[in-house]
Amino acid sequence: MVLKKVADHYLVPKHEIVSKERVPELLEKLGKSIDVLPKISAEDPAVIEIGAESGDILKISRKSPTAGETYYFRIVF
Amino acid sequence: MLTKKISGIEFSILGPIHIRKMSVIEIKSPETYDKDGYPMEDGLMDHHLGVITPGLRCKTCGQKMKECPGHFGHIELFRPVVHSEFGKRLETLMHATCEKCGRILIEDEKLEELRPLIFNPNIDVEKKILAKTKKLKKCPRCGEAHDTVLLDKPTNFFRGNERIYPTEIRAWAEKIPDSDLEFFGYNSKRVRPEWFVLTVLQVPPINIRPSITLDSGIKSEDDLTHKLVDIIRINLRLKDNIEAGAPQLIIEDLWDLLQYHVTTYFDNNTAGVPPAKHRSGRALRTIVQRLQGKKGRFRYNLTGKRVNFGARSIITPDLNISINELGVPEKVADTLTVPQYLTDENMKDIKQFIKDGKVEYVIRPNGLRKRITETNKEEVLEELEAGFKIERKLKNGDIVLFNRQPSLHRLSMLAHRARVMPGNTFRINPIVCKPYNADFDGDEMNMHVPQTEEGIAEAKELMMVEKNILSPRYGAPVVILDEDGVTGSFILTLESTVFEKEKAMEYLHSIGITELPKPDRGKNYSGKLIFSQLLPKDLNLAYKSKLGKTLEKILSGYVCEPGDKYNTYVQIKNGELITGVIDESSLGEGRGKLVSELAKNYPPEVIANFYDKIGKIVQDIVYKKGVTVGLDEFEMSKEAKSIRTRAIKEEEQIAEKLLKEFEKKTLEIIPGRTLEESFEVKMMQLGARIKSKVETQLMKEKIDALIGENPVFDSKIMIVSGSRGSATNLTNISGLWGQAAVREGRPKKGFYKRLISANKPKDIGVKAGGFIESNFMDGLNPFEYFYHAMGGRQGEVDTGVSTKVSGYLYRRLANSLKDLVVNSDYTVRTPDKRVIQFISGEDKVFSGNSSKGKTMNLKRELKKFKGK
Repeated sequence: MVLKKVADHYLVPKHEIVSKERVPELLEKLGKSIDVLPKISAEDPAVIEIGAESGDILKISRKSPTAGETYYFRIVF
Repeated sequence: MLTKKISGIEFSILGPIHIRKMSVIEIKSPETYDKDGYPMEDGLMDHHLGVITPGLRCKTCGQKMKECPGHFGHIELFRPVVHSEFGKRLETLMHATCEKCGRILIEDEKLEELRPLIFNPNIDVEKKILAKTKKLKKCPRCGEAHDTVLLDKPTNFFRGNERIYPTEIRAWAEKIPDSDLEFFGYNSKRVRPEWFVLTVLQVPPINIRPSITLDSGIKSEDDLTHKLVDIIRINLRLKDNIEAGAPQLIIEDLWDLLQYHVTTYFDNNTAGVPPAKHRSGRALRTIVQRLQGKKGRFRYNLTGKRVNFGARSIITPDLNISINELGVPEKVADTLTVPQYLTDENMKDIKQFIKDGKVEYVIRPNGLRKRITETNKEEVLEELEAGFKIERKLKNGDIVLFNRQPSLHRLSMLAHRARVMPGNTFRINPIVCKPYNADFDGDEMNMHVPQTEEGIAEAKELMMVEKNILSPRYGAPVVILDEDGVTGSFILTLESTVFEKEKAMEYLHSIGITELPKPDRGKNYSGKLIFSQLLPKDLNLAYKSKLGKTLEKILSGYVCEPGDKYNTYVQIKNGELITGVIDESSLGEGRGKLVSELAKNYPPEVIANFYDKIGKIVQDIVYKKGVTVGLDEFEMSKEAKSIRTRAIKEEEQIAEKLLKEFEKKTLEIIPGRTLEESFEVKMMQLGARIKSKVETQLMKEKIDALIGENPVFDSKIMIVSGSRGSATNLTNISGLWGQAAVREGRPKKGFYKRLISANKPKDIGVKAGGFIESNFMDGLNPFEYFYHAMGGRQGEVDTGVSTKVSGYLYRRLANSLKDLVVNSDYTVRTPDKRVIQFISGEDKVFSGNSSKGKTMNLKRELKKFKGK
């Protein structure tokens, strides 16, 4: 079976772009600079697929064995 | 975190200009001290170079010993000498350039073709130029003759038989233009080749070559100073001879001698140069020797630092001290000191310390130190007041850190209370061996004494043994009773263990109980009663003991529950052990229900107290009851033997059936495996079935002797209580070994189509596949011995390889995680605040305080709630 999108694979967590309005709020929580965020490559298949561009912040919803679902934020570079 | 970043490091060479500019004084005199012991002016110990005598001030910067970093001086050499480390570089330059015009011996056009290649890391331009110029006889630019220069390592240059003197080399090097030097990788702003020939020698500050005053009052100079004295002496003689117009031959001899001294001053192990010797015949340790190698500055002092206020010794066990205590040898306690501030409150105590000779130094608020001796004791006592600091010897109750390498663990370093003892070893309660992974076969451990109030408080509140019973990794006890501890508790709490009044009193007294409880077995006292005295009065627990679980497995139909036949269900009501035995399921690592309850729900003293007291009782019980092992207990009974024969016969029939199916390829195939693999798996299972049948029988026989009125305490008690050994071990000794295994399967590699040459080719039956019917009591037959060796070999390889591999893997992992911190907003971050996890562990749970990874054990809490 060929998957049409990487996101269809069960191991690929959901990636979504954090809207520009919500970014300052997020950074306020995590500490001023976006340098503190983990990075994700602009060439990452999941990033290309959702059309994120360099500088965007992604919200990644992962399944977690301890917490059910958990969120990670990454900056596209 | 990082406020400054290093963008690069540049190395270059000091030229004569730099050396003179850095120098604070020209050293002219070869004498170090005058008759009265004062440093000679312009000598190597001149106070302009810095001070190392307390109280004196530096003549250059005016600062005292501690503040003055030392200053460089210089020596003007009357004849230049080649720096031995750069001989090779000078040689290449002399090969490639013309002595007359100083240019590279290649025409401009061709030379410029090479210029773009200078910074290409894959091309060695120097090599290319040398290949073109080395054999040339004439300079293509000015037509001057070019002869091959020979380097007689390390510093002598010849053209044919004719010597090239350093003066000539220097003049030659000066002529080479900056633009040509770029081809050899020199940055002409930083390095000029004429600097490879020294005209000025730098003299290091006395701080790096201090003189030592021996007990006899004789001053002994540093090796570097000795060498510098030699250089100055020869330099002066050279000067005198030149000025007196001495013959060329004498001057050259002195010049060579100067070259020798300068060469050995830098590196006393230069190839081709005899090392300079001390008067005693010892080779001098000059600059290169100071830095180079295992004992050099880098590997010895910078990467491997050592600490003060530490001690190291062999550890030995002592059951009579608390788990929080550490037996410190008197020798160690008398050497290590603890600083203590004087207040009005502790004045009396400290005065007593001084009277007892337990104080080494008194330090005034202005930092003045005074050593206390018998003679000035009274005087010191008079002037003592609040605000003074004393340094006293280690005494009982001081907090110390104790550590065993490899420190893989947070728990590899714990705080103990010191207890000064005679002898030369550190004494620890064997219960704390677990977190350190220590034993007493010669292990050595390190002790450190915290020197500040903050350090002491931190160690006491965070690192004490009693506060680290629970593992921060999974929240279950890691400081646990093991081996004899569990065996002893098991025996103590067995139904049949009863003590007479006298013995009971002895035990109760040893745990600090002075009021005798009511006897519960007629006139006698049960072990359970004594054990109950160790439990807090509000403890309520109920669970299956290990013995109960074992019985459930062996005796069909038996269920371990309250009120059953063998009383193996543990019930603790209001701190009283009513039924059940205390074994591994109460005390064991991770599973121990009793200890994890005590450690989690009570203050830390409770568990420490429990361990201290039970340790003492258990020791006595194991001695007195005599836990022992004899050969006869491993003799196989007739029943077991017949079960073994029957089991083997039965399974062999199954094996034959399997074999036939396998040949006809009708064998049921396990999903994901081939036919061959399925057959092998089935044969393995078959072997395991035989073994388990025998194992059950053996355990059944052994357990009977335990539950009865007069139990025998031999190896089986260790197996049943879970303190050491397993039923498999027992089966191996007195039952049968079973199937030999290599990599989870039957051994395959050996001879062509068979394992050992005793088998028929292509035989893949039970016995030809490595099944061992014998046990260690009877001994293995030769064929079985070879099968066993195949499995044994893998075991040896595994222990060797996996400890190495997993050790390194763990080290890498631990190092990568060690600086991560959980912040107050629950994010996990690196020291420079980069986020690793947005929520610690994704659920904010600290596993050290959790119940099996969950914040609470709902079931238990509910039960408690219902109970009330």
